[in-house]
Amino acid sequence: MKALEWRRLSRASADGMGRKRSLWSRLHLDPWLLLLLLSLMGAGLVVLYSASGMSLAVTLGQASRFGVALLAMFVIAQFSPSTLCRWTPIGYFIGVAMLVAVEVMGDMGMGAQRWLEIPGLLRFQPSELMKLAVPMMVAAYLYKRPLPPNMRDLLICVLIIGVPVMFIMRQPDLGTSLLVACAAVFVIFLAGLSWRVIGLLAVLVASALPLLWFNMHEYQRQRVLTFLNPESDPLGTGWNIIQSKTAVGSGGVFGKGWGLGTQSQLEFLPERHTDFIGAVLGEEWGLIGMLVFLALYVLIVGRGLFLASTAQDTFGRLVGGSIVLTFFIYVFVNIGMVSGILPVVGIPLPLVSFGGTSSVTLLVGFGILMSVHTHRRLLPR
Amino acid sequence: MRKHRDPIKDTAREVRVFRARSILAALLVLLMAGGLGARLFYLQVVEHDVFTTRSEKNRVRVEPLPPTRGLIYDRQGELVAENRPTYNLTIVRERVDDIDATLDRVVDILGLDDTQVETFRKRSRQRQRPYQPALLMSDLNERQIARLAVNRYRLPGVEVEAQWMRHYPDPRIMSHVLGYVGRINEQELASLDSGNYAGTHYIGKTGIEKEYEKALHGQAGLRKVETNARGRVLRELERISPKPGKDLTLTIDTRLQQMAYDLLDGRRGSIVAIQPQTGDILAMVSAPGFDSNKFVTGISYKDYQALQQDLDLPLFNRAVRGHYPIGSTIKPFEALASLQNGVVTPDEVIYDPGYYKLPNGTRRYRNWLRWGHGRVDLERALAVSNNTYFYTVAHRLGIDALSGFMHKFGFGEVTSLDVQGASSGLVPSREWKQKQLNQAWYPGETLSAGIGQGYWKVTPLQLATAEATLANRGRWVRPHLAKRVGETSIEPPFKNTKSDVKLDKDVWWDDVFSGMQKVVSGSEGTARHIGKGLKYEMAGKSGTAQVFSLGQNQKYDADELQERLRDHALFTAFAPVDDPQIAIAVIVENAGGGSSHAAGLARALADEWLLSDDENTHQAEELIEEGVEVEGT
Repeated sequence: MKALEWRRLSRASADGMGRKRSLWSRLHLDPWLLLLLLSLMGAGLVVLYSASGMSLAVTLGQASRFGVALLAMFVIAQFSPSTLCRWTPIGYFIGVAMLVAVEVMGDMGMGAQRWLEIPGLLRFQPSELMKLAVPMMVAAYLYKRPLPPNMRDLLICVLIIGVPVMFIMRQPDLGTSLLVACAAVFVIFLAGLSWRVIGLLAVLVASALPLLWFNMHEYQRQRVLTFLNPESDPLGTGWNIIQSKTAVGSGGVFGKGWGLGTQSQLEFLPERHTDFIGAVLGEEWGLIGMLVFLALYVLIVGRGLFLASTAQDTFGRLVGGSIVLTFFIYVFVNIGMVSGILPVVGIPLPLVSFGGTSSVTLLVGFGILMSVHTHRRLLPR
Repeated sequence: MRKHRDPIKDTAREVRVFRARSILAALLVLLMAGGLGARLFYLQVVEHDVFTTRSEKNRVRVEPLPPTRGLIYDRQGELVAENRPTYNLTIVRERVDDIDATLDRVVDILGLDDTQVETFRKRSRQRQRPYQPALLMSDLNERQIARLAVNRYRLPGVEVEAQWMRHYPDPRIMSHVLGYVGRINEQELASLDSGNYAGTHYIGKTGIEKEYEKALHGQAGLRKVETNARGRVLRELERISPKPGKDLTLTIDTRLQQMAYDLLDGRRGSIVAIQPQTGDILAMVSAPGFDSNKFVTGISYKDYQALQQDLDLPLFNRAVRGHYPIGSTIKPFEALASLQNGVVTPDEVIYDPGYYKLPNGTRRYRNWLRWGHGRVDLERALAVSNNTYFYTVAHRLGIDALSGFMHKFGFGEVTSLDVQGASSGLVPSREWKQKQLNQAWYPGETLSAGIGQGYWKVTPLQLATAEATLANRGRWVRPHLAKRVGETSIEPPFKNTKSDVKLDKDVWWDDVFSGMQKVVSGSEGTARHIGKGLKYEMAGKSGTAQVFSLGQNQKYDADELQERLRDHALFTAFAPVDDPQIAIAVIVENAGGGSSHAAGLARALADEWLLSDDENTHQAEELIEEGVEVEGT
């Protein structure tokens, strides 16, 4: 049945798009998306330079990580969606196994951790892999099934999502587990989950919130409480929120100027070059800078959704759409946190915050999207 | 809606569903992005001012710049209170993460002992305005400064602050005049102008330092500095320089003050000297004094206990708070009261058989000379300090007329302009006794009041002030310690000066003066031993104040008890008689008779003030050493 579908799709595309393949297509890249991503990364480096206290070392480090990430994106884009689909279950199960390993090591008294390490060789964060592996696994399961998914399929999906998310939550890493869950839920949503089920789930989630509360670690609860009333502890956990809002608000329309943000440069702003880099942007570049970045993000999302919708197979479509929407969730949660409408959750501002791992994951995601878009002609030989 | 009935995948429908869902998602994305935009608009446009203020508050710290305290000079321009640089350890609690760990580290670095650690911790807990440095330890030595500097990176919020600290070059002789500054305590903090005192750690606690606190302190300045989140100062944005405190020039003459202190020679007592024309207090000594510098750095509990328990009460300012019976030094004033009230004339002769009996009374009130002075007029009564004469006139006057007249000379009230803690003393009267003791006044009490014994409480300052007013022939000038504050001279007339003492006949002043002159120069004068070689005319009056009771319940050994039950020696004088330059009151506690034990001191001081060459001073000192025994009270 699978082969049949591929053939049908290939034929359809051959009929519709008989044009000569462009250079970009042969490179399996989308020029518009690439341009938008490069603009974002370039602008991000400018902000990072200021946010790191004019540290050329940090900025160049980030630039070289971007290089690695772009390379990873390019490599992934060369694989066809069907190949990716075949490898998905293997990646997923390896990821789950590694999460178990992290958990066991934690239980063995090595303390809570997120890393798997082969000393001197490799340091790896399995939860980062799961950001892609979980939605892909859900898509890989669903695309063979008749859609919209029925109840049995849904339950299996919940299992596919639930197991790794539970492990990641226990690490504890609320931010990542939320992103993983979101990515997978987007797949199901795009697959056409009926509104009745969505309504039902909404009710379920609402009633599960107290359960979530009791499963949270103390520091996570504290963050939520502080978010609800930051002034209750202005020098402790409320500090981040207050200083971040102050930075953004004092930036005004035009900002204080590059490298001139007093909140950021005088270190009132915590984690200014990682999670709270958005506040540096808001303070130094003002509302205008913020809106420019928001526009870039929205354009990337728009282009991404367009690319996904042109995909020839369901797997690619679902994965592509989910990757793009998850990307926006990063943006929304991070800017929401920086501007004080969402609690402090460790989610970076994508492709702007300092950090190699998340950049690689994000660009690999976009690589998959480009693969989905460019692998069109699968003519039988 | 058709539901999962068809097991065959409908790819076209899946594409449709996906398209619909992604358009929906795209709309949601736009909506959420719009929400973020709105939130940012709210923060950056609507609430922009609020956050700008908050960000400025973060960044800009206002630091007080304390003014330097004004210096104090004596009337000759000699420095009597100066400022010396010292290094203090301060802490800003808001900048310290773990206060206990930081204090432990500091204690470790400085190598403090247990009691020091205790005060240290107590100070760190003292209430302070937020972000104001709290003083932990003053007067660090160089070794401590160096060790702190090396460890500075481990001690955020802890600073070594250079500061001027008060120092008194002659602490003992000047301690009661100057008072001292000390660390501002919590009560004072509550009542102070917090802006002006924001960077000041010390405040005048007693004496001149307290009286002229406002002028000496000056006006605090401030600087606005940019700081980072850890409170490190990055640059100065604005500066308003402090106005230093005004320098003070005292009326005190250190040379005279030193001499007066030395003359008391370790005895408990007090000497006050006033320039009659100006009211300048030339010397004001209360002995023993104490080391006021100890109070500046923060006196140790042990030292403080020692001072408090010292039987000689070194902390007690006898000159302004010591209460003594006026003794026979009342007699010149009483003579004037009698003349003014017409109960006696200068020439009236009263016969002294050695005692006085009240009309209808049987009790004999004795003269100090058992066999009596015989025929006594006003001049002789003063010269020999005849009791019978003054019993007689006191009885004729009655207590109320006597007290009323004494009030005109400032007894029973505070007349000084700027002397901290001055006591008003007590002038006995019928009304006072009824009110305070709920007893009627007995006629016999008038007699003992008439020779200055009984309920009288006068301070050395009051005695000297009255003597100066007497020398001025009743013209009042308020006695004062400050001669100049900054550029402003402190000179008469002063506000709230008492009205001058007026007599019906001006010649009565001369009658009393000549009696007083005979005390020193007359052949019968009670203090005639000090009249030897006198190069100017001096009017004086000796006195003996009986010690009725011990003020305290301490246990003394027998000798000690004996010593402390002896009479106080008093002597008042002014000179020269025709142009008074100095009025003096001397009180030596438990020294015995005033003529023999206090008079010489007054002469020595007057010589010092009136004659500058050394020979005369010498002569006076010899006289004291001889300790000539003369009869008299």
